[in-house]
Amino acid sequence: MAAPKAHALVHRVLAECPVTKARVCELMLPHGPISTPVFMPVGTQGTMKGVTADQLRELGCEICLGNTYHLGMRPGPEIMKKASGLHGFMNWKRNLLTDSGGFQMVSLVELSQVTEEGVHFKSPYDDKEILLTPEKSIEIQNALGSDIMMQLDDVVSSTISGPRVEEAMHRSVRWLDRCLLANKNPEKQCLFAIIQGGLDPDLRKKCLEEMTKRDVPGFAIGGLSGGEEKDHFWKMVTLSTDHLPRDKPRYLMGVGYATDLVVCVALGCDMFDCVFPTRTARFGSALVPWGSLQLKNKQFAKDFQPIDKECDCPTCKRYSRAYINALFKSDTAAMHHITIHNIAYQLNLMRSVRDSILRGQFPQFIQDFMKTMYGSKERYPRWAVDALESVSIALI
Amino acid sequence: MTPSLRWPRKMRFLQSGDVSALFSIHCPSACIHYISSSRLESDRNAMKLSLSKVVNSARLGVINNLGRSGDKVLDFPGCLLYTKTGSPPHLTNDTLQTIEGVPPVAHITLSSLAEHQEVLEEFKDGIAKFAGIPDAVLYCSINDPVTKDPSGYNTNKSVSVWGGGGRLELTSQKFVSAQRALRPDWFQCLSDGEVMPTGCSKKRAKKSVDRSLVFLDECLQLLGDNERLAQSVLIGAIEGGDVLEERLRSARETAKRPVGGFLLDGFQGVAMSNETKLSLISSITAELPEDKIRVIHGMGRPDEVLECIERGVDLFDSAFPYEVTERGCALSFNHCYDPDPETAGGIHRTDSLSARGSHVLRKGETSEEESNGDTATHPDDPEIDWTGMTPFEICLKEKRFREDFRPLLQNCTCYCCRNHTRAYVHHLLASKELLAGILLMIHNFQLYFSFFRSARGALRDGKLGVLREIIRSQTV
Repeated sequence: MAAPKAHALVHRVLAECPVTKARVCELMLPHGPISTPVFMPVGTQGTMKGVTADQLRELGCEICLGNTYHLGMRPGPEIMKKASGLHGFMNWKRNLLTDSGGFQMVSLVELSQVTEEGVHFKSPYDDKEILLTPEKSIEIQNALGSDIMMQLDDVVSSTISGPRVEEAMHRSVRWLDRCLLANKNPEKQCLFAIIQGGLDPDLRKKCLEEMTKRDVPGFAIGGLSGGEEKDHFWKMVTLSTDHLPRDKPRYLMGVGYATDLVVCVALGCDMFDCVFPTRTARFGSALVPWGSLQLKNKQFAKDFQPIDKECDCPTCKRYSRAYINALFKSDTAAMHHITIHNIAYQLNLMRSVRDSILRGQFPQFIQDFMKTMYGSKERYPRWAVDALESVSIALI
Repeated sequence: MTPSLRWPRKMRFLQSGDVSALFSIHCPSACIHYISSSRLESDRNAMKLSLSKVVNSARLGVINNLGRSGDKVLDFPGCLLYTKTGSPPHLTNDTLQTIEGVPPVAHITLSSLAEHQEVLEEFKDGIAKFAGIPDAVLYCSINDPVTKDPSGYNTNKSVSVWGGGGRLELTSQKFVSAQRALRPDWFQCLSDGEVMPTGCSKKRAKKSVDRSLVFLDECLQLLGDNERLAQSVLIGAIEGGDVLEERLRSARETAKRPVGGFLLDGFQGVAMSNETKLSLISSITAELPEDKIRVIHGMGRPDEVLECIERGVDLFDSAFPYEVTERGCALSFNHCYDPDPETAGGIHRTDSLSARGSHVLRKGETSEEESNGDTATHPDDPEIDWTGMTPFEICLKEKRFREDFRPLLQNCTCYCCRNHTRAYVHHLLASKELLAGILLMIHNFQLYFSFFRSARGALRDGKLGVLREIIRSQTV
């Protein structure tokens, strides 16, 4: 192994929960500091759907996602380079994280095939045969100029088992090495490894053991949130954080439901992303501490309260549930109002989580959060109760 | 009391020639026996309009003391802020606030709001508060100038409007009760205003005038008893298709009633030729009293706007920049009438316009400066629907903008031009991203609003003709 290089990231643990594995950290990145635990909204195609860069900044967002698969296809790396990367292209002055593109190929493109070389697929835009190698993924991500890049990993569905899962795990380790070699801009762009191994604890451990030997600035826990049972999910998460170094950030990919966020923070995760809060907003679903409101439903037509009277987002300060219900029939702005609220909800939730950890009161926060979300203990999801019990939180 | 007490006589000198005058007209209660309460009647047309200059028929002025708090001011010639259900299309309050020169009067449409009447009745405080714009001054028209509704459904008793819930028949009674729930500051009176094809029978044109006058009288009667709408100003609609004598009758008869302003209705669409429209508009405004505002819908292209201003129209809707936005285009016309760019404060086209003597590039056409070495997209680009496109805009869907990192329009100060490039907006359109509509709406609104500022400036400086030539040259 080469001697550790300086990474484009400085990680500092500010506080640790005395009971759970939760912690508050500060990450210094090329486009400013971020406080973790953090939720990162997803701006797939170089825009947070329906929200301007200024609005996103005003909401307090310090980092958001772009998708390499989409942006690599359109407008493509050449235009991105000319536009000074994704930051310049979308005029976002804070941090960006890009995925490797591999996940979309497997999930969006029907006819994809994985070999040792990379992922083969047919472009949905012009039917051309395309090969995405680890080197190509990093080349595109270098062109995008994201502050955090993700390695290309061999993604298999979290609901399958057997030799394919093991092969994918080993291949992901080999691809990590190829990605690290391919990174032309390590001083400005961090490359995170992605832990694979499906739902098999031994494979996960093997992957953790191999990947933590590498000099990477951060780790992601991958291959989860794909429809597997929650019982398996949380066990894989907690096993991963048990074996990840304390001094590096841990990013749990594809997690964004409020309960999952709170539980996985307790299990030691720092970073999260998910399209759910923004996607569900466009279908009329507003997130609130007690669940969600389907604002297109008739029951809200005469409900003149804000979405959440405790929320101080621009939507809740000005518009009522009834107005958004009415506006849905005529204009896209109805979606924008809920998108803004839902991003504010996610960011506020994580801010409250951080505050409670800093004050040493995260266990109490969890109790209050669960009570507000579910009303009574009988309604608590079993997996969440078990997961929290594993980090010494007995829900009352 | 007789109709002869009304204004036109006193003010007639204004219409003849280049007289510029600075005066203010107050509007006492007109001579009306329809209404029982004189208080209501005086309120109904209490719009404090001051004319500062009249050139030929073009009018420069201001309406003071607008809105419930009475602190808003509307300069005319001007436009209304086009909205959908009280919300400027694609925009939230934050994004609206980035736009310079937003008109103080927002335009709502009864057709889209009628289905929410029950909700608004329960809400009690009117559509402005409901829509989260409690301080806005609201004008309510019957139809949305953008939607083309089926015709042939109006009767002597009712007018049909088409909303989200389908067709709704509005009698005068239903109309007034809907307005009571909405509580706009101004509203167009119920009228038989469907667009008639050219050469429609005189009988049909006459019927539209007769019916509309009946609706107007019925509404005035009903409004007389209505406390809730006591502060609202009624705008009388002038109908009559393309039949001059019916238009004149409509104008004269409507002007006899205690309305606060006039809508020149039925000029949307392409059924009538532009020459017919303009000649009718001249004839109509000549019949109208000077102290009341004249509104028109569906004449939103910059060249049309100026033609209408010169014929005495004061207020326009801003559906045009919305329609430009919806087809993925950005307004890019020059409306700087002052040759000195230092003092003009206007916007100059980035394109090769100035170099080519203010000629706009036609579709598919290109110049060396514009193309940056790229071949311009062929007008037959299957991705792009060219119908409805005007010479005042560029289509950001065109492939030639893929790598164009300039703002939509050079020197434009809108949020989009300050922060984003043509290449980015092209990408957003190609990806069908919602932000495209937001950014284009911001740009198009701001440019459109500043065009009206130019029109007022040109009128003030005696250069309306210069501005008309500049605009006209961009259509060649």
